[in-house]
Amino acid sequence: MTAPSTGGASRDGYGKGLLRIAEDPRVVVIEADLGKSTKSCHFRDLHPDRTISLGIAEQNMMLVAAGMASSGKIPFASTFAIFTERAFEQVRNGIARPGLPVHICGSHGGIHTGSDGSSAQSIEDLAIYRTIPKMTVVHPCDDISAEELTTQLLELNGPSYMRTTRNKVPRMYEDGEKLRIGKGSVLREGGDVAIFSCGVMVGEAMAASDTLSAEGIECTVVDMHTVKPLDEDLISKLAARCGCFVSAEDHSVVGGLGGAISEWIATNRLIPLEMVGVNDMFGQSGGSMELMEMMGLTESDICEAARRSVERKNRP
Amino acid sequence: MGDGAEVDVSELEEMARRCRIDILKMTHAAKSGHPGGALSAIDSMVAIYGTCLRFDTSNPDWEDRDRFIMSKGHASPAMYAILHQMGVLDEDDIMGFRTLGSVCQGHVDMNWTRGVDFSAGSLGMGLSFGLGCAISAKMDSSGRKIWVMLGDGETQEGQIWEAAMAASFHNASNLRAIVDRNRIQNDDFVDVQMEIGDVGEKFRSFGWKVKEVDGHDMTSLVDVVDWADREDGGPVAIVANTIKGNGVSFMENNPSFHGKAPDDEELRIALGELA
Repeated sequence: MTAPSTGGASRDGYGKGLLRIAEDPRVVVIEADLGKSTKSCHFRDLHPDRTISLGIAEQNMMLVAAGMASSGKIPFASTFAIFTERAFEQVRNGIARPGLPVHICGSHGGIHTGSDGSSAQSIEDLAIYRTIPKMTVVHPCDDISAEELTTQLLELNGPSYMRTTRNKVPRMYEDGEKLRIGKGSVLREGGDVAIFSCGVMVGEAMAASDTLSAEGIECTVVDMHTVKPLDEDLISKLAARCGCFVSAEDHSVVGGLGGAISEWIATNRLIPLEMVGVNDMFGQSGGSMELMEMMGLTESDICEAARRSVERKNRP
Repeated sequence: MGDGAEVDVSELEEMARRCRIDILKMTHAAKSGHPGGALSAIDSMVAIYGTCLRFDTSNPDWEDRDRFIMSKGHASPAMYAILHQMGVLDEDDIMGFRTLGSVCQGHVDMNWTRGVDFSAGSLGMGLSFGLGCAISAKMDSSGRKIWVMLGDGETQEGQIWEAAMAASFHNASNLRAIVDRNRIQNDDFVDVQMEIGDVGEKFRSFGWKVKEVDGHDMTSLVDVVDWADREDGGPVAIVANTIKGNGVSFMENNPSFHGKAPDDEELRIALGELA
């Protein structure tokens, strides 16, 4: 299942996923002047009659999507992750509360977005959407998984938020055959520590697991592409097996994947968790990898976190 | 409804009177709610429901029904009163207004109440939702029409104008907005809080067809609703000049009855006036 290679950005997978589900006449695409960036533009090219452009007006976009969903359509509405947040209350009250099947895609999520700077680097989207009842929150790691998970949204019958990213990262998948929304994907098995990662940090986690293995620390690496609902069965199983965790996300350590796992730990089984993420601060302009290094979001940060986690587990 | 039958204005006026009584009784029972904006909007709603809205009371979920989007969702008693008078809700339903488990939630909610097409409560969202319904109807080659009831204070929300611009751009000729121009909002008069000016002209400048009407004159309302129902040259807005609390002397034009229910004595006086 895993085959790191030169791949595409997860936003490209979203665009391809939309084309795969286009044969369903209920599918409509809604844009707010960023279709070329989110990659819904490919759907627009082939299905202009089912693509609605609403200009730079995200609040209106969310409720137009809701109205269409109430009329039997399945809208896929996209903009930058950060600009979906502008319409947070619209998502909460207008989409999620009535439980309408509107699928929001926020692209360019995270610090990895790079040179556009801190205004464009959403680091809180997973956290805020995770707090909304009925919302499914998904953050794929590469284009292959994004394409597959996008097609699965069609069957959800409820609202969702998918975060995609701007830049290309190594592919973690050859195909999406075994991916399921709500089920973490185990990319590597090891008994010393479990690393739960999402988005661009999955590749970093896989690289870290090689380094750690050479030191004698064997890792289970999970692509936790679905942040909500949390795959508690898998977490429980790995808590028993590994006894300590690392979370790794290009997102604030407050409230995201690490936050979700720490909630599980606090209420189920007290084991060490070390969190790799944005440490409650804003980014700045710069190259993706420069920024990831500056913010502590690299393979080596995951290695250090894993060592700490294992050390805490083994502490008498 | 919507069968083109001859309109009996006196029957509509009688329906509006009964709706007003419902509005007062349910807010009194709940000891909360928003009677003022329900009483100002009710005549327009009766005119729409009573003459042209294609809506099956025995099957409120009929997919190809016209939609009525109560964007000013705090005026929910008006919506529940209409549905009660049309036989979709019963007396127990409306008298449970705002109580735990009631089908009549504080603000209109499509998941709780049969015949309600929109979950409101946060102002400024309904016109966008209606636009989504309107675009969908056109995609489906359906003739269904979408009515949206807006408050005048609500038009202070920027999203209203995002939707107004988009509706014109997308030629949503099946979309109808009514602005309940009662000139009072939560804290005070609109011109004290933030005057909205000539709201009809604003819609016109966004490419809408607009007419103004006395929102409590049923004959005029029937005429303008008929015009709006037939107009297919673009989105249509009706500015209904109304009086907040209309029909109850001490509530009329009184900001304190925006969000305050009548007490026992006030209910007695009000029902006497509506007898």
